[in-house]
Amino acid sequence: MGTILFLIFFPMIIALILLVSKEDKARDVIVKIAAFVIAAVSIVTAVIFFKNGGQNFPAHAEIVNYVMMAIEAALALYIIYIGIKHKKYLASLFAIIQTPLLIWFELTEGHHIAVQNNMYVDRLSIIMILIIGIVGSLITVYALGYMKDFQHHHHDEPDRRPWFFFVMFIFLGAMVGLVTSNNMIWMYFFWEITSLSSFWLIGFTKTEEATNNAFRALIMNLAGGLGFAIGILILGKVFGTLELSTMLAIGSVYGELVAIPAAFFAFAGITKAAQMPFNSWLLGAMVAPTPTSALLHSSTMVKAGVFMIIKLAPVLGMGNFAGIMVMMVGGITFLFATFAAVSQSNAKRVLAYSTIANLGLIVTCGGIGTAEAVWAGVMLIIFHAVTKSLLFLCVGTAEHNIGSRDIEDMDGLFVRMPKLASFMIIGIAGMFLAPFGMLISKWAAMTAFVDSGNVILVAIICFGSAVTAFYWIKWMGKLAGIVAGEERIDQNVHKEETFVHMTLVILTVLVCLLFPLVSMYMLVPYLEIVFGGLSAMVLSADNMIIMVVMIAVLVLLTGLFFGKTNKKIVPIYLSGANKGDNLTYEGSMHEPVEFKLRNWHMESYFGEKKMNLIGGVACTLMLVIGIGIMVGTLISLLGGVA
Amino acid sequence: MSYIAKSPWVIHYDGSSCNGCDIEVLACLTPMYDVERFGIINTGNPKHADVFLVTGSVNEQNKEVVKQIYEQMPEPKVVVAVGICACSGGVFKQCYNILGGVDTVIPVDVYVPGCAARPEAIIDGVVKGLAVLQEKRDNMVKGIDAPAEEPEAAAEEEKTEEGGEN
Amino acid sequence: MIIKMIISIIAYLILAPFVGGILAGLDRKVSARMQGRVGPSILQPFYDVLKLFEKEPITVTKVQDFYVMIFVIFVIASGVIFFAGGDLLLVIFVLTVASAFLIIAAYSSNSPYAQVGAERELLQMMAYEPMVLMTCIGFYMYCGSFAVRDIIVGTSMPFLPLIGIFIGFLFILTIKFRKSPFDLSMSHHAHQELVKGLTTEFSGKTLGLIEISHWYENVMLLGFVFLFFANGTVWGAIIGVLVCIVTYFFEVLIDNSFARMKWQFAFKSAWIVALVFGVINIFVLYLIV
Repeated sequence: MGTILFLIFFPMIIALILLVSKEDKARDVIVKIAAFVIAAVSIVTAVIFFKNGGQNFPAHAEIVNYVMMAIEAALALYIIYIGIKHKKYLASLFAIIQTPLLIWFELTEGHHIAVQNNMYVDRLSIIMILIIGIVGSLITVYALGYMKDFQHHHHDEPDRRPWFFFVMFIFLGAMVGLVTSNNMIWMYFFWEITSLSSFWLIGFTKTEEATNNAFRALIMNLAGGLGFAIGILILGKVFGTLELSTMLAIGSVYGELVAIPAAFFAFAGITKAAQMPFNSWLLGAMVAPTPTSALLHSSTMVKAGVFMIIKLAPVLGMGNFAGIMVMMVGGITFLFATFAAVSQSNAKRVLAYSTIANLGLIVTCGGIGTAEAVWAGVMLIIFHAVTKSLLFLCVGTAEHNIGSRDIEDMDGLFVRMPKLASFMIIGIAGMFLAPFGMLISKWAAMTAFVDSGNVILVAIICFGSAVTAFYWIKWMGKLAGIVAGEERIDQNVHKEETFVHMTLVILTVLVCLLFPLVSMYMLVPYLEIVFGGLSAMVLSADNMIIMVVMIAVLVLLTGLFFGKTNKKIVPIYLSGANKGDNLTYEGSMHEPVEFKLRNWHMESYFGEKKMNLIGGVACTLMLVIGIGIMVGTLISLLGGVA
Repeated sequence: MSYIAKSPWVIHYDGSSCNGCDIEVLACLTPMYDVERFGIINTGNPKHADVFLVTGSVNEQNKEVVKQIYEQMPEPKVVVAVGICACSGGVFKQCYNILGGVDTVIPVDVYVPGCAARPEAIIDGVVKGLAVLQEKRDNMVKGIDAPAEEPEAAAEEEKTEEGGEN
Repeated sequence: MIIKMIISIIAYLILAPFVGGILAGLDRKVSARMQGRVGPSILQPFYDVLKLFEKEPITVTKVQDFYVMIFVIFVIASGVIFFAGGDLLLVIFVLTVASAFLIIAAYSSNSPYAQVGAERELLQMMAYEPMVLMTCIGFYMYCGSFAVRDIIVGTSMPFLPLIGIFIGFLFILTIKFRKSPFDLSMSHHAHQELVKGLTTEFSGKTLGLIEISHWYENVMLLGFVFLFFANGTVWGAIIGVLVCIVTYFFEVLIDNSFARMKWQFAFKSAWIVALVFGVINIFVLYLIV
């Protein structure tokens, strides 16, 4: 209990300290120490709760509820105010509806509902805490160097870095609170804080685009928050409980009924996880400084959405419409977000679409709700958090050094910034290639999809996987190209950045090597408690061994042979006379002609707008049908009771 | 016996010819002559090729290209000049832009005369080139650098042998 | 069991290049005959590869050969997993890794021709991958396992229930074998258009190794065809081998009767086939299994 509270409050205290420390040096030291402490404590937490597999904490304190309520009310007032100020009335409207609704409920009925355990830790929370504590704090360290450059590039603007780090650390604390709250009202509180942190960070640059995108994110997340609030209301009024654990326990018996609040909670998860039709906020969020994208929009915050859905999986897996809605939304999002990624050349947008797609996959796993699917989903969360943050941070560094985040400008990055390019290549390989992590989980997901008996999902994952390989390999190829005449430009990379990259690379490889252990000691026991065990091992021991051997072979071969050759180096073939520099050939009239190489984006097939439209319409349809049926059931239920 | 002579891959380059020889080169690929019998493949890529078939003479514009194609072919390699223009410049010899035969820029191993060279002669030339290829390969194994200079005597000899074809 | 596995691995490692090479030789001979030519010796592919090993070693970048080496190792590894009775999906994933490395090798040269080839290869991968995955899934659904060792001893022939998938697989086999009309990224015949695309910057031994790994790959792909007929009996095995041979010559026939199509057609048709034959077949499997 103590460590958990520490993990929630310590970042918040650090955040307040950072808010007032204006000196670069002081900030460097504080952030580094804080990051180290958070990472260390989260590991300690993991070790403490590892043996007994978790614990419930009553944590009764009436005062906490009132403090939360007060903060919520204040935040709502703030949202209403800025909504009106920026003429984004929808944001104000959502705040006006949901917060009073919830406060009214809390003061009247919620007050009388006895809550046994406000907080808990189980193995899934431990995994999430490890991700938040290790990956999250690494990103804050990275942000130190990055934000120096950022300030340097925007030197005519006021230095608002204290605010930036304040929000980052607040967010870390809120995330830990979110994954350890058993009381749904508490969870809602942390949920809203993450939404708001995201809003502040997206709008950090205060440009018009940033403000608009920040509001879009806020509005969509508030819509999800409204769903959350309605879910709490139904849970409290109909089932007389506010606890997640109780809800899941009832759900294992009355799946059909509990599916109703579950559908609303899942809806909140879907908005937070940026599933179609709500994916536009995550893309818009890419205007924010890159550490924000890495922290909020790839490794942690969006994971809150899928965490919720994975939590609900036992209820969703009972074959009700809520489950079907969730899995179809996830599947459709996976497919169309993957397609859209092909047409993008902006690296951050490719990463954003890939994030949406992978979240889609996790959401689908949660929607299927079998033990195997959840295994795949959690594995996806782990691998995705590590690998995607690595990629985001690499892109951030590349952007500051080559002055562009466009993949087409990353020609010959291997020559210009060899270290960074190899990190990026490892990250990309980690996203889709065997023997790396994402593929392992995708494999498990594929098996789970097939076993779910849904032929549409089978088709979706087959086509989606094929397209995934396409856009990653073309990026990898771009990086791997050895372009002549380029010079190394990586002298100016901050050492914090390189340190974080290295750590994440090591983590990427390490989680791949250790995933059998993670599975054996963390996931399988968790699934045994929640689902009563896996029907079979998701991946057979043979396959796991082959995977590990493959990694070893790859590492070994790279170490031994990479870049070593005794062969004569000759110029490339340019179908005419190569001028000898591998960049120009002799054109007609003896004119030197330079060539440029560009990738395919297949705009006419995978155009972003088209994909978003189709995916958005299909997902909206699913949501409307799913929520509609739930509301219908609820009404008939209440009518029946009356 | 090495395998080089059993699988000569050809790259064909057209200098400034009248295209007569080129048509004949392509004729070699047709069922009538079928050079694939000898394992000959017409590649488009100097890096895959063993035999460089040049038709037409070399001019100011393409001398760099001819040189580079030759340089890009990995050893061992032979050059076969196909047609009288490639051998000596032919009727174009006096043109303002013509340098002369292929041997003005790269060493030629086999000369196939004719205007246009007949497919039989071309095939014969390539097959003759195989002996040279074999020899170069043997030299490579022995560690002797292939003679980069023009093999004058041998070339002359082959020229007369092939002479009767036209 | 383990001994049997080791024997089949060793047999694959030694025999596959011979079988693959002879098949390639037969391909060229038969193609020549179809075109009214005499054609080369059946051993010609071996001569070609041995010759490539005799050529001067040259390269355009220091890293290219490394990528190709990984490609070769992983292609062979995928075959080894297949013939050791391993997991079909793993086979496909390892093969994807291999292809990715070949493509990256081509990209690494930064040569325009190599890159055009690489992009086309990528496109082909995208075109055939769904159908390949569905083939694995089809086997899993019918035989209850992804493992080749379980599929091969199944009591009933998967061919009839998987007929749609079989047709789809045949279709993408044309892409995998690099045959017309889908020999977009590199082609064995008349490869003037792209200067042999993907392999533009590879020469000598490197090119020879790529050729050998294609033989390995082709044998493994025919192994997939064989699986459709395996039912644990000798008759099943005989039918399987016969169908493999027929399939191969069918692909040669297709190769000789079509011109190269545009990539758009390759992409669309492969996906439509996967959607129609693959998905419908899987749907039917859900109903009957």
